[in-house]
Amino acid sequence: MIALVAYVLLGIGSACALIGAMGIVRFPDVYNRIHANTVVVVGGAILTMMGAGILGGLNIFTIKAIVIAVFLFLTNPVSAHAIARAAHRSKVKLWRRSVVDKLEEEKS
Amino acid sequence: MIHELIGVLIAIFGACIICAVRAVLGPTAPDRVVAIDAIAALMTTSLVLLGIYYNASIYLDVALVYAFLTFIGTLAIAKYLEGKEVGT
Repeated sequence: MIALVAYVLLGIGSACALIGAMGIVRFPDVYNRIHANTVVVVGGAILTMMGAGILGGLNIFTIKAIVIAVFLFLTNPVSAHAIARAAHRSKVKLWRRSVVDKLEEEKS
Repeated sequence: MIHELIGVLIAIFGACIICAVRAVLGPTAPDRVVAIDAIAALMTTSLVLLGIYYNASIYLDVALVYAFLTFIGTLAIAKYLEGKEVGT
């Protein structure tokens, strides 16, 4: 039963990593690509780490894997926000079919 | 040794190669930063998987330090792109 949970987590994690990587290539814009980056980190990396930690059995490896997963889960929004704000400040254009830019309205 | 982890590792390396396409092509600098951030997270995951596969604890220590340095590097590059001095 525990192994089944681990295999499901590993499968969902691998699928999320591949789908998010395709999103990073295919999306038209920096701000859309940050969304796909979040899919890769939270879906791919963290779910895969949890699955591998469960599959390895409860020992020091599981504790360390959970620590790394929590660290990634806490720091990914911070770095995504920093990159998005830096891209907007350095005047990277939005996609031509994007409809709203509240930060630009706020500044003007 | 848990041999199913090798398949997951192959999927993660495939995702890394797909992300590297955007890191090479990317029209602006934030595109490359986003792609390399994703590659670094996937590399951290592959280090954790290798540590559990080989039953060696050193890989997980390396993975923790690598995740930390990636976070610091991303924040530094974001500050640089914003046009500010790092440390203000």
